[in-house]
Amino acid sequence: MAAPVSDRPGIGRGPRRARGAQRGSSVAGRLAWPVAVVAGIALAVLVLPLAALVVRAPWGDLTELLARESVLQALVLSFTTATVATACCLVLGVPLAALLARAADWPTLPRRALRAAVTVPLVLPPVVGGIALLMLLGRRGPIGQLLEESFGVTVPFTTGAVVIAQVFVSLPFLTFAVEGALRSADRRTELAAATLGASRWQVFRHVTLPLVAPGVAAGAVLCFTRALGEFGATITFAGSLPGVTRTLPIASYLAMQSDPDEAIALALLLLAVSVIVLLGLRDRWLPEVRA
Amino acid sequence: MTDAAGASSAADPSSAATATRPSLHADVVVARGETRIAAAFDVAPGHPLAVIGPNGAGKSSVLAAIAGLVPLESGRVAIGARSVDRMPPERRRIGVLFQDYVLFPHLTVRDNVAFAARMRGSRAAARAAAEPWLDRYGLLALADRFPAQLSGGQAQRVALARALAAEPDVLLLDEPMSALDVEVRADMRAELATHVREFGGATVLVTHSPADAAALADSVLVLERGRVTQRGTLEELRASPATPYVERMLAASGE
Repeated sequence: MAAPVSDRPGIGRGPRRARGAQRGSSVAGRLAWPVAVVAGIALAVLVLPLAALVVRAPWGDLTELLARESVLQALVLSFTTATVATACCLVLGVPLAALLARAADWPTLPRRALRAAVTVPLVLPPVVGGIALLMLLGRRGPIGQLLEESFGVTVPFTTGAVVIAQVFVSLPFLTFAVEGALRSADRRTELAAATLGASRWQVFRHVTLPLVAPGVAAGAVLCFTRALGEFGATITFAGSLPGVTRTLPIASYLAMQSDPDEAIALALLLLAVSVIVLLGLRDRWLPEVRA
Repeated sequence: MTDAAGASSAADPSSAATATRPSLHADVVVARGETRIAAAFDVAPGHPLAVIGPNGAGKSSVLAAIAGLVPLESGRVAIGARSVDRMPPERRRIGVLFQDYVLFPHLTVRDNVAFAARMRGSRAAARAAAEPWLDRYGLLALADRFPAQLSGGQAQRVALARALAAEPDVLLLDEPMSALDVEVRADMRAELATHVREFGGATVLVTHSPADAAALADSVLVLERGRVTQRGTLEELRASPATPYVERMLAASGE
């Protein structure tokens, strides 16, 4: 939903939104029947597994299952780490989004390189991310070695490693959501603020940030859900120590081999969180996330 | 006029016209794509200058360069003895009335007008300082509305009050009538002329309408394809138009 940007300098016309195409044309609204059938199958692919999960869930024993020590431990660990990871992503991601939005004026090569770097964790298998983090922060890794020799700190297989893995995979979600909001905000409001005596920091604090607040909120929620569901990078980089690095998804996966009912209960819990997040986002924020 | 408690005398709009204000000296060269826009002029306080020209002549770029919103390729901008061309916009003390006003959509009318004062002090002090400006511009009844709830004329009033409440030395108006409906233009033009006169400082107006120039400015500078082609009063232009554009523009005037 980027508005057309004029290449003229000056304070002339602002971005004008293109008029929406005429909606609801009856012919264009009709689908050919094969398309409708396949779309129905696609919908079933998405919805049926979740429906099965809900139907097969051990509803009678649910409270007992969720009150288990191992479950509560994973629950607390997951929510704590995902919250800390979201906070880290907010601190890191908002300035990164500002850089990304400003990079629109850069030459092609550095602009694409920057965008690619931010996009990589989105398309990378999380396990690869976990291995990469081990290469950097593990005992033999350049930073890991430095940390161990200088401070005696080992990062992998700690709760800190869980947070780092979550930040790695969820940072792009926040960054792109905020960047989308920054791009659709009228940059001339920042210029107007400057003519009224606002310093760069004051412009950011009093104009830019409030204007992109919905995007920041939407990004933070997406970021939190992604962090909460993190599995591959976490198990590779942080392992599965009960109470230390065994988060909800890992606990659910491991329980599947010993106690399927507990695994299903955990899965149901994660599903519930996702549904709540989706309801909270609704249409109000989702359009801005489509960066 | 009832003086709001806490508003300093400097923030009182009625004192604005009495202060001696500096003149503006502008000699700007701006790059725009392949072309270059060059214009040099002086504007005395109380004698507004209209920069007039066809679309794309570079009028808005000249204003943006004076305000510091686009970089100057060469030249100088001075307010009185104060050279401002190396300063960022926030230190120039140049107020801008943007073409479509660019109000802050997340702030109420009151907080829009209080914005400049808010940058220098607390929210409470800024709101108190905004009060006489809201009163003067007939905005007290609208003070708690957001920009999306305003008509074009109301938005222009808010934008002007916001710019002048910052107590600028120089006021720049970028096509102030173009975002208004045709029916209200004549009234708003007269109202704007009153406020510009009361401001009393150096004022530059960009327009493509001789009617705006006649109502708001003392003299006219014609800018065509990035070059100044004529300068004088409207009468002087009418008596001896320097280019076919000037002739056509004056013949077609009257909107």
